[in-house]
Amino acid sequence: MSMKSLLNTLVIIFSATLGATLIWAILELPLSNHIHLSGQVLAQLDTTGVRHPTTAVLLNFRGFDTLLEVMVLLLALLGVLDQTKKCTQKNLSISIRLTQSYFQTLVWSARVLVPVMVLVAGYLLAVGEYQPGGAFQAAAVLAAAGVLLNLSGLFPSWRELSWGFRAGCIFGLLLFLLIAAITLFLSPGVLLQYPITLAGMFILIIEAGLTLSLGLILAGFFLLLSDEVNNKEVDE
Amino acid sequence: MSDPIPWLILLPLLWGLLSFLLGARRGDQVAVVCLVIQLALVALLVGQVVSEGRQYYAVGGWGAPLGINLHVDGLASVMLLLTHVVILPLGIYARYYFSHDVKGVGYFWPMLGFMSAAINTLFMSDDIFNIYVTIELLGLAAVGLVGIAGNTESILAAIRYLLVTLLGSGVYLAGVALIYGSYGSVSLTVLEPLIENEVSVAVFLAAILMLVGLLLKTALFPFHFWLPSAHGGALTPVSALLSALVIKASFYLILRMWLGVYAPLATIPTAQLLGGLGAVAILWGSVMAFNQTRLKMLIAYSTVAQIGYFFLLFPLITEVGSGAAEIAMQGGVIQLVAHALAKAAMFAASGVMILSMGKDNIALLSGISSRLPLTLFTFALAGVTLMGLPPTGGFIAKWLMVSSAVISGQWIWVVVMILGGLLSAGYVFKVLRQALLPAAAEMKFRPVNPPLEWPAFLLAFMSLSLSFVSGNVLNILGAG
Amino acid sequence: MTGTLIYACVGAVLFVCGVTGLILLPHLLRKVLAFNIMGSGIFLMLVGLGQHDNISDPIPQAMVLTGIVVAVAATALALAFVRRLFYLTGKAQSVANLKSLDQTEEKLITMERNKEGDASK
Repeated sequence: MSMKSLLNTLVIIFSATLGATLIWAILELPLSNHIHLSGQVLAQLDTTGVRHPTTAVLLNFRGFDTLLEVMVLLLALLGVLDQTKKCTQKNLSISIRLTQSYFQTLVWSARVLVPVMVLVAGYLLAVGEYQPGGAFQAAAVLAAAGVLLNLSGLFPSWRELSWGFRAGCIFGLLLFLLIAAITLFLSPGVLLQYPITLAGMFILIIEAGLTLSLGLILAGFFLLLSDEVNNKEVDE
Repeated sequence: MSDPIPWLILLPLLWGLLSFLLGARRGDQVAVVCLVIQLALVALLVGQVVSEGRQYYAVGGWGAPLGINLHVDGLASVMLLLTHVVILPLGIYARYYFSHDVKGVGYFWPMLGFMSAAINTLFMSDDIFNIYVTIELLGLAAVGLVGIAGNTESILAAIRYLLVTLLGSGVYLAGVALIYGSYGSVSLTVLEPLIENEVSVAVFLAAILMLVGLLLKTALFPFHFWLPSAHGGALTPVSALLSALVIKASFYLILRMWLGVYAPLATIPTAQLLGGLGAVAILWGSVMAFNQTRLKMLIAYSTVAQIGYFFLLFPLITEVGSGAAEIAMQGGVIQLVAHALAKAAMFAASGVMILSMGKDNIALLSGISSRLPLTLFTFALAGVTLMGLPPTGGFIAKWLMVSSAVISGQWIWVVVMILGGLLSAGYVFKVLRQALLPAAAEMKFRPVNPPLEWPAFLLAFMSLSLSFVSGNVLNILGAG
Repeated sequence: MTGTLIYACVGAVLFVCGVTGLILLPHLLRKVLAFNIMGSGIFLMLVGLGQHDNISDPIPQAMVLTGIVVAVAATALALAFVRRLFYLTGKAQSVANLKSLDQTEEKLITMERNKEGDASK
């Protein structure tokens, strides 16, 4: 047996043991000391400014996690930007794709679907307050609309973000940060503690801003990487 | 307004966003100004911890277990202060470094902002899920920074680093899932008494998963395989940040959980295992460092070795007399501080020498002593700290750790520490000897922007003078 | 065993499969996919373990939403790196065996250096 297959076997044996132990641990889970947070969430729901418990956790109880998490998305965009601007990309020629007959169907459906998708995104944003939905789902739909436009040749791929796009990408994040800073100046001056009367409005502003910016960032992940990239060797 | 804790999180995020808005290659001035403000905020916070004791902060006003709590004790204060004392000179250094390499900057500055915010939150967080978000933010920032260099070597290193860091945080999160499933809370303060009462299979497994996840990120032997290429292949300011600070963040989490929430599980065999791996890391890392032909790879392997010293702490603080444990803890923390300062100085100095040589090769160093005497002096000072010779901070650290090992009768670690010191002398002198040789006739050194040399010297000087202020550092450590 | 724990158990299996794939698969795109499978497994464990007595707990759901966003970000970054590596070397492979990995790296680095040398001539 070669060294490599021995190593593979070891990893597989190790993983199988880990899996078995995990399942054992899950089945033997002690529940005597379990704190039931769902009850506490429901009890405090009236003071959060929204009626859907998950939205309340995401933007109020644990809003701090969300603040950091949107920064992770922007950070990944920075990494992507740093990696794309160093490649000389060859744009997939839109005209070539447009001559294909099936392509007309795609263009047509994109033209019909994209307005609907924008509407759906708005709807998801609005209903997040009382049922599943919210900024992330809405942003994902918006980004999907961007991807569809790009694939059907109606919207070019991005090389570098212009000032306007950069401003768009950080608009919602900056708004979130601003509201976080405002809470420090309102009574009682604790980070991300919204006054009960303003909580609903603050959360709606944050979600609306995030929908736009996260939509742009998520679309950017695709649009910045969607050009064909040739290996230098093949190119030369 | 008077509370510095929220501003230490909001301010770096804000300047991160603003410097992104300014565009690639911009944002250095905003960054340096804000880093100065952050240092002042940290000084304020440390002052509060020393005078009033441990600080708590309930983000959102909910309090655990419903909301997220932050807390700052003595250890967190030392780490926060260390972070800012290191990151500010490195920020200034990076500014001048990129004046030599304008294209290479990319989005360095915004990433530095996010990294700073992630580290600050990580040291203060009291919530294992919030910690997960911060380690992801920190990990992705670190990987993005490694990738800035953009050549094949650094991209391969960045991909490997990314996969390791994702595996590490994934495994950590699996542990968090088990803990939440068992207790319905992710707050360390809430969990501590619960875990003390009973240790189930799930909790035991969760502890192992979280430990392994964090060990992967800390690069303890045998998980060190990704470190040399990532730290050695990145641009120099990035190498310094990674070696001095990023490694310490995940180590801090291990130490904190070891002493806190998982204390009932922290047994002698586990501690001995960690200490043993640390000992192997010291020996292996030092030997590998000596064998390197490239300067930055030598320093990166030296980091592998120095990480080993941190893990010698665990056998010295676990189930020994409280006196010995306290001395060991003090030594360990001084070691963390001394290593961060010395390693940042060493990478920064090596960056200056490499810019001047035009190539990263130890053999080309001859003649650099007359060309860049201050930088070589910086390198030597940092080297003396790593060796642990008096009068540096490294000496105080090793003295305390050796004393503790003698008190608790664990002679084997004394031998390892002394051997490690000798081996580090080996690789430091290898560089110094080459640098003191006369220059080869055909060697042409390029001019270097003089302000580049001073931040590196400042860091090395701080690692030396740490021995005179170590009492103050221990004062802060004991405060919370 | 309550019915909801089956989700956590499936999650555990997915997690282990993902970890194995992440370690063993040589192609980088497969590694990225394995990471996503690992992530899905963890999220399933989080939600599955949170559902006691058939009452859904919103806290792990919000955590999973956070986790998904982080996973998306990490995937995008990984793909950008893999694409960049392909651009530089024409390969998107990584070798699990460390020794051969180092050799591959050396080969790739010398290849790149040669190219740089050609360009400067």
